[in-house]
Amino acid sequence: MSQELIRLTDLVMEFDGERILDSINLYIKDKEFLTLLGPSGCGKTTTLRVIGGFLTPTSGDVLFDGKRINDVPAYKRRINTVFQRYALFPHLDVYDNIAFGLRIAKHSEQEIDDRVTEMLEIVSLKGFENRKITSLSGGQQQRVAIARALVNRPKVLLLDEPLGALDLRLRKDMQNELKRIQQAMGITFIYVTHDQEEALTMSDTIVVMDKGRIQQIGTPEDIYNEPKNAFVADFIGESNILDGIMLDDCRVKFFGRQFKCVDKGFDKNEPVDVVIRPEDIDIVSADEGHLCGTVTSVTFKGVHYDTIVDFKGFKWLIQTTDYCPVGSYIGIRLNPEDIHIMHKSEYSGMFGDYSSYSAEYDEIADAEGGEDEE
Amino acid sequence: MKSKWLSGPYILWMVLFTIVPLGVVLYYALTDSITGEFTLANLANFVDYWPIFLRSIWLSIFATLICLLIGYPVAYYIAHCKPTTQRLLQMLIMLPMCMSFLLRTLAWVALLDDTGIINNFIRTLGLSPLPLIRNNGAVILGMVYNYLPYMILPLYTVIMKIDPRLIEAAQDLGCNSRRVFTRVTLPLSVPGIVSGITMVFVPAVSTFYISQKLGSPGTILIGDVIESQFKAAYNPNLGAALSLVLMVLIFVCVGIMNRFTSEDAEESMVTL
Repeated sequence: MSQELIRLTDLVMEFDGERILDSINLYIKDKEFLTLLGPSGCGKTTTLRVIGGFLTPTSGDVLFDGKRINDVPAYKRRINTVFQRYALFPHLDVYDNIAFGLRIAKHSEQEIDDRVTEMLEIVSLKGFENRKITSLSGGQQQRVAIARALVNRPKVLLLDEPLGALDLRLRKDMQNELKRIQQAMGITFIYVTHDQEEALTMSDTIVVMDKGRIQQIGTPEDIYNEPKNAFVADFIGESNILDGIMLDDCRVKFFGRQFKCVDKGFDKNEPVDVVIRPEDIDIVSADEGHLCGTVTSVTFKGVHYDTIVDFKGFKWLIQTTDYCPVGSYIGIRLNPEDIHIMHKSEYSGMFGDYSSYSAEYDEIADAEGGEDEE
Repeated sequence: MKSKWLSGPYILWMVLFTIVPLGVVLYYALTDSITGEFTLANLANFVDYWPIFLRSIWLSIFATLICLLIGYPVAYYIAHCKPTTQRLLQMLIMLPMCMSFLLRTLAWVALLDDTGIINNFIRTLGLSPLPLIRNNGAVILGMVYNYLPYMILPLYTVIMKIDPRLIEAAQDLGCNSRRVFTRVTLPLSVPGIVSGITMVFVPAVSTFYISQKLGSPGTILIGDVIESQFKAAYNPNLGAALSLVLMVLIFVCVGIMNRFTSEDAEESMVTL
């Protein structure tokens, strides 16, 4: 992971006067696993299609190995794609689907056979050579799609929500499988997903997008621990986001109380967004707490309880292994390193309040995100 | 269980107007016209008409191929137009079908006749008139003109349904536009090709009106012969026998075609 392979500079994409991508600047290193993460309609698939050569940007440049490739058609790029819902050829069997690219490149039948066989082994589909595509399960079709792309030994593999149609269990397995293949073959992966957990698990670098703009670029740890704005904080994991005032370096005031924190470099008395992750909050008895509130709802989640606590009308989500019954009056303590300070942004005030939180929230969000994005 | 009853009227219709008439045809074909006794003589008579059978098949195959060659690019073009344009073009394709078949064929007579519009125009230019009518070419022209929509519509439907992602997948794997066509679009439109060919070939091979109006006595088709057995010669037994033979020949032709094309597209089997 060293050399820069792809660079997008001031990329703008407009359809019918509507701006889908707004000045995207991004570089992708060789052999990197980069994820474009964002809600449906954020422009992540469009970005991928520009890199793949299926869309020509309205303005801005796409550079590959330092050369401008805006006008190079898809079939001439050393980039292959695993399409959303696979797009396997229904008139060909598994073997011929995988061999498709090699036949176009006019490799010898012997070499084609070797490489297809090797690929079938990598994706654990040996013995499926002559099966019809329609007779395969979703997970098997998925693996054929990956094999069909990888067999061409591309420099870059683009993956457009490749695991979206699989069930949870299979998705987890395939995540590990993909990461393993990516490391074994040393290929740059550019991965599009709306699933933040998937992004955190697999990526070297995550690019969080919304409304056609890049919100933050960083490693999974950076993105999770140091979100740049309320949107990123809310989209990656759960967050309580509060209005605060930065009194001085390492001193922030919210809920009428001063707290110690570890952030510096803000203006004096600058209004800020304060992020507190639900799992960082310690529950203590009411008289020991920095803040006190009443539990309004508890949901058992397996590993922990999702506990909603009402602090003077503002509801927080606390994830804890301690069970606190509804109606109990509790206190919380916050450590300085658990308080993350962000500048105010256009997203301030839109996220981070759990007043309307319900257990179904996650599933609804997932169902929406699973829809197609054009 | 309800759905079973819903198909009742159609099954009754089929029995009354397809199965029973077929039985009648079979009965006539296998009985003597005068004595009414069982005989195979009617069927054996088809040997006398063999050249006419062959000509019917040959001309129909030719017309079907021309329809395919003209129809495929048109269908491809329509399928890649904007939806509003598609609807308009689709309507234009179907418009002639709303006009009477007889009238359309007669219009060609008016155009192609020795004293027709085209030859009159040629004469005014001081050239000698062309033999445009009463030959095989005119019959094929009539077939192509009348049956072309039946080729275009199934092709258009199939091409339109091809997932655009498959085209992108092919480009992604290194296909230029010519290869995308030969490797993906064409194989995936085989079901449309098969039904298009069937829908043109079958009516073309049994037509009689087109050959009567645009052909000559030397280019009569088997449909003409069958028609004349019922109307002019009044030998319904021979007519029925020839119909049976024609039906078998059509089955054989369509069967051979399906055998050639169905390997990649089993779902495309068109059964008559």
